[in-house]
Amino acid sequence: MRYVKLFITNAVVALLGLLVIAPLLWMVAAAFMPRGTAQTYPPPLWPAEPTLDNFRELFSRLHLGRYLLNSLAISLAITGFGLLLNAMAGYAFAKLRFTGREQVFRTLLAALVMPLQVGMLPLFLMLKQMGLINTYWAVIIPSMATIYGIFMVRQYALAIPDSLLDAARLDGASEWRLFFTIVLPLLRPVLATLGIFTFLSAWNDFMWPLIVLTGSENYTLPVALAILSTEHVQDAELMMAGSLITILPVLGLFILLQRQLIGGIMVGGVKG
Amino acid sequence: MPQKTAMVRARSFSGPPSGWWFAGPAVAIIAVFFLAPIVASILLSLTDFDIYALADWQNLRFVGLQNYIQLLHTYRFWVALHNTLYFVAIGGPLSVAASLGAALLLESKLTRLKVVWRTVFFAPVVTTLVAVAIVWRYLYHTKYGLFNLALTKLGFEPIDWLGDPHWAMPAVIFLAVWKNFGYNMIIFMAGLQSIPSELYEAAEVDGAGPARRFWHVTLPMLGPTFLFVGVTTMIGFFQLFAEPYVMTQGGPGESTYSLVMFMYEQGFRWWRLGFASAVAMTIFALTLAATLMQVWLQRRAGA
Repeated sequence: MRYVKLFITNAVVALLGLLVIAPLLWMVAAAFMPRGTAQTYPPPLWPAEPTLDNFRELFSRLHLGRYLLNSLAISLAITGFGLLLNAMAGYAFAKLRFTGREQVFRTLLAALVMPLQVGMLPLFLMLKQMGLINTYWAVIIPSMATIYGIFMVRQYALAIPDSLLDAARLDGASEWRLFFTIVLPLLRPVLATLGIFTFLSAWNDFMWPLIVLTGSENYTLPVALAILSTEHVQDAELMMAGSLITILPVLGLFILLQRQLIGGIMVGGVKG
Repeated sequence: MPQKTAMVRARSFSGPPSGWWFAGPAVAIIAVFFLAPIVASILLSLTDFDIYALADWQNLRFVGLQNYIQLLHTYRFWVALHNTLYFVAIGGPLSVAASLGAALLLESKLTRLKVVWRTVFFAPVVTTLVAVAIVWRYLYHTKYGLFNLALTKLGFEPIDWLGDPHWAMPAVIFLAVWKNFGYNMIIFMAGLQSIPSELYEAAEVDGAGPARRFWHVTLPMLGPTFLFVGVTTMIGFFQLFAEPYVMTQGGPGESTYSLVMFMYEQGFRWWRLGFASAVAMTIFALTLAATLMQVWLQRRAGA
């Protein structure tokens, strides 16, 4: 009886796992199929004659390399700025005293549930006034600091003992040195989680880049892919190769750093 | 000597350090590029800001609630509202249920290779929505898609997933559930792990079977987790945009046309930013109302 239950449970899990991963597996398979062979009956599950032609066309004729670099530059900039600014603010809200700290923090928490779309139209006008539309900065600047990021760092920084900081102050360390030499190394685990989160959401973001990156030379991968997909509806293999290139960096990052990512969600979710 | 310079430094930096130097940059970015636009959105929704005002701000006029009144008389708004509520009301609970089911399976003592399956179930979460929406568009193909291949193999009639107005929204919902359930699964797993095993043992001693243990121990103990998961999932589901944009362009027959798509079209295609701001405020009000309702339901269930 116990073995029957064991078998059934694991069979169900394995079947579900297969179903969940199947769309991604098919994407990989179709990306290597010669043009026009994926859309035949019965639909092939594996490329009979694998080819790299789809990738070649994407990079030569359709400038995917350019979009890849745009995505990479924007996502790395957001991650870099985001880590620094959120770490500074999260540490300040946890460990430094300053006027208005509680009121500001409460305001930020209340705004945590605001949907991003609510402010998009005025934000667009503002960035237009600044002459930043159709530049990387229009995507980077609004994402350089997030309430969620500040909150995450603050929760973690609360555990840093004050005595440690005071000892360093007594030794004459300036507040900035203290931050960079003592606080930042202590924050490393939470910054790893925040860094992955920030990079993933920057890389995967679609609506805002679609709005502010008006010239095709600045498109990020998701924007370029969405626009290509309307022009190449029939080219399933080509679009699967494009999707694979878009997904591969984030999937790779996740597989490498999944402990930090999943651990971070578990802690954040429980604390609410 | 080093001692002395340290002393001097300590003195020059004495007094309460201003945390504003640390919190300031991030708070300023959020205030200017996140909070101010939200406030401005309220004001913008009371104006007739359009393409003429975009060219010259002199053409801007205050119109009171006219945008909102016009909204009520716009057919596409009601269609978008209906579709969005459909997506939230069906997709949200379905996604939460899938998350809980997957979490229970992965936390079961019987399951082997947990880390592998956890990775597999979570993988869709990190993928790029636009890319997987394109993948699913081909999977949904009436003739060559894998979904219909499976259906016909099992003896069912093929479905015109993205071409039939009755099936397009369910198709979008399946994609959204697949894409999102892994995230809440992790949160439920954390919630399940925090339930003390003595509770289960006590229930077992009292003669409660697995089903009763689930209803009377697991579910009540997951209460706070449910609230967190429910609220965040709903907020996310209200923002439906990329899936229909890529898979159906809102069709067929506007059956997947969402509120955010409506806002995007009005604001950034027709440059009716005043009118579109009224749509944005509506999305915000709906999200807020739905959040408060969940908190209220949770309180009532807890009492």
